[in-house]
Formats: sequence, structure tokens, C-alpha cells
Amino acid sequence: MSSIWENANPVKFSRLAGVVLPWVSGFAAVALVVGLVWGFFFTPDDFRQGSTVKIIYLHVPSAMMAINIWAMMLVTSLIWLVRRHHVSVLAAKGAASVGVIMTLIALFTGAVWGQPMWGTWWVWDPRLTSFLILFLFYLGYLALWEAIDNPDTAADLTSVLCIVGSVFALLSRYAVNFWNQGLHQGASVMRAGAVTGTDTEEKVSNIFFYPLFLCIIGFVLLFVALVLLRTRTEIHKRRTKALLAREHLG
Amino acid sequence: MIALLTRDLKLAVRAGGGFGLGLAFFLIVVILVPFSVGPESVLLSRIAPGILWLGALLACLLSLDRILALDWEDGTLDLVATSPLPLEGVVAVKSLAHWITTGLPLVIAAPVFGLLLNLPAPGYVWLILSLAVGTPALSVVGTFGAALTVGLKRGGLLLSLLVLPLYVPTLIFGAELARRGAEGQATTTPLLMLAGITFGAIALLPFASALVLRINLR
Repeated sequence: MSSIWENANPVKFSRLAGVVLPWVSGFAAVALVVGLVWGFFFTPDDFRQGSTVKIIYLHVPSAMMAINIWAMMLVTSLIWLVRRHHVSVLAAKGAASVGVIMTLIALFTGAVWGQPMWGTWWVWDPRLTSFLILFLFYLGYLALWEAIDNPDTAADLTSVLCIVGSVFALLSRYAVNFWNQGLHQGASVMRAGAVTGTDTEEKVSNIFFYPLFLCIIGFVLLFVALVLLRTRTEIHKRRTKALLAREHLG
Repeated sequence: MIALLTRDLKLAVRAGGGFGLGLAFFLIVVILVPFSVGPESVLLSRIAPGILWLGALLACLLSLDRILALDWEDGTLDLVATSPLPLEGVVAVKSLAHWITTGLPLVIAAPVFGLLLNLPAPGYVWLILSLAVGTPALSVVGTFGAALTVGLKRGGLLLSLLVLPLYVPTLIFGAELARRGAEGQATTTPLLMLAGITFGAIALLPFASALVLRINLR
């Protein structure tokens, strides 16, 4: 059994990414196409929300990803600071670009759903506000990457920002909860007891849940594929730069 | 450390721009608000705590890049970094100097500005208290942002973008404390949260700022 740390070697990582990437992208495409088509065309309209309920298939997975991607960036940033593996921090950089888009999708689909349902595109609800703050964190993180020329300095600084930012993001979450009681409904998808049927509270009905689950899997796989691709591209970019520099010297 | 503090304070006072700038900006915000939202005193007294906190925060934000940028340019920071004083201490002193030159004048001047915005009478104590407890956090967090962007030529916009989400919790609890105080509601929870944020930031963030500064000075 080989260690996971072997993939810290950029060459080994690239090779692994090359093998895994087609499979992951393929499964992501299948899951997304099946999940979305099933969700959009083969589920009934909700009796109160009408067909707008179908935004759930984009909104919930992207919102889940937006939060979890930041958590993943926190882990890979820590790995970079502790063990100095370049692949790790490049993965964080690649993930951030995906994360900012996921946040944007969640905010946008939420606004589109909120307009007919709540009668407004935007309210300063805790969940919405937290997402706006998360969006700002992503923007700041990416802007810092772009602003600094030396790649190692940029990696160090963004990693520290990611860690400090995580603490403040959590703080903001509670501050915002304290500041305004919300309009947004509570989590109704992945709740303990929902599977066993012991949960008597409101939850998403199984008709909607199966395609939604597929969409969530599809989004996760899509994210993995994109991060592998972006990380590999970054490695290649660095390699080309090094080769060009060497040629220039010789 | 004391020498460094007095040096920073003297520079701020004598070089001009740093000391009065925040206060002047605060005054401008407070004077312009009644022109933009109208002069009804009921409305003004309702939004006064929020406006005062917002003005204080923006005034702080305005002077952040002065904390380290000038010392970076003329090489003082390199000298200080090689001195026996630990960089964590240097950063903490820099934050303190920033707070004394921007935060403290705001705290002292806030009652006068509160008067301009028709702040209700019970609000003054809470406004001063909330600013006194909250603005140190703004300075410490701002120093972290300044340390992140110190090596950049035009880091002003980036600095604001980085610091903006970090300021949210402080602003929420600070403004909430001032508002509840002004309306005579229970103030313990926001006061404790605000104090917690400030003391936590003072205790932990200088280490992060020093780490970041060391990376930038490499």
C-alpha cells in the first residue's frame, strides 16, 4: 500500500490525474445529465412552489460545494504550510476558482428562486448574507494570488489568509445569525432521521430527493475533475516556466 | 518597544495626514448623512448608532496602508526585523500606534458626532463603550491586512477587499451594542461578543501578522 504523500511529487500527481481524470469527468457528466434531466422533466411540480422548485437541483449542490470547497482549501493550505508540498497549495488555488463560481451559482439561483417565492431578489437573511461574505472571502483569496509575483510568497500568504479567514468566516456566520432572524428555510436534505423515516419534520420528499442526490454526486465529481485539471495545468505551467528559464540561461 | 511606539506616534503627528485624516473623514461622513437622508430627527436618531459605527470603520480603513507601507519603503521595517525585538511585538506596537492615532480620537470625538445625529441620551455611554471595546479589533485586523499587502505597489484596493469580510463580525456586534444601548435594550450579549472578538484578535492575530510579514521580508 503506497502512501498518499507520494502524490505530493508533481510527476506522480500528474500521472495519477491523467489516469483518474477521464473516469471522474465521465461519471460527473453522466450523474449531472441524468440527475438534471430527471429533476427537470420527470418530477412533478410542487403543489405550492410550482415549477420553481426545480431550481433546487442547481441551488443545493452548488451551495453545499461552495462551503465544502473552502473547507478543503483550509486543509490543503495547512498541508502546504506544514509539509511544503507544492501540489497541495496549487490544488487550493484551483479549488478557489471553482468555489467562487459555485458561490455565484448558489447566489444567482437563490435570487431567481426568491423573486417569485419571497417576492424579492435579495433579502439580508443570515444565510444569504453569509454567502455574500463567503463570496468576498473567495474574491480576496484569488485577488491575493494574482497580485503577488513570487509563487512561493503568494502560496504562503494566501494559505495564512485562508486559515485566518476561516476563523472569521465562522465568526461572521454566528454574528450574522445573531443580527437577523432569517427568511431562508432550514436544511431539509441531509438530516439525520431523514433516511430511516423517523424524522417527522418537514423534509424533501423522496421523489425530489433521488435526482437531487444524483446532482449532488455530479457536482462533487465535477469539482474533483476540475481541481485535478487545474492543478495539473498549474504544474505544467510551472514546468514550462522552469524549462524556458533554463533554456534562457543556457 | 516603547521607543518604537513613541517614534510611530511622533511620525503620525508631525508628518501630517495620518493623525487628523481619520477624524476628518469621520466628520465628513457624519455631516453628509443628514444631507443625504433628510433632516428628520426621528430618522436620524434611529440610524445614528449604525452611521457612527460605519464612519468609524471607514475612517479606520482609510489609514490602514499607512501602518506598514511607509516603513517598508524606506527600509525601517528591515532594520526593525533584524533587531532583537520579536516581530510579533513590533506588529503589536504598530497596531497600538494605529489605534492611538485613529481609534482613540474617534472614541473621544464620538459623543460630539452623536449630538450632530441626534443620538438618544442613553446611547452615549454605550456608543463610547462599544467604540472603545471594538476599535482595537479594527486596528489589529487591519494590521494583518496591511502585513499581507505590504510588498505590493498599489495594494490599497486589495487591502480593502481583504479586510472587508474580516471586519463584518466586529461591525455587527459593535453597531448592535450601540443600537441596543440607545434603545434601552439588554446589552450584555453583544458586549461580551465584541469584547471576545477584540481580545481574541489582540491575542492571536499579531502572530499571524508577524508570520505574514516574515514571508514578505524574505
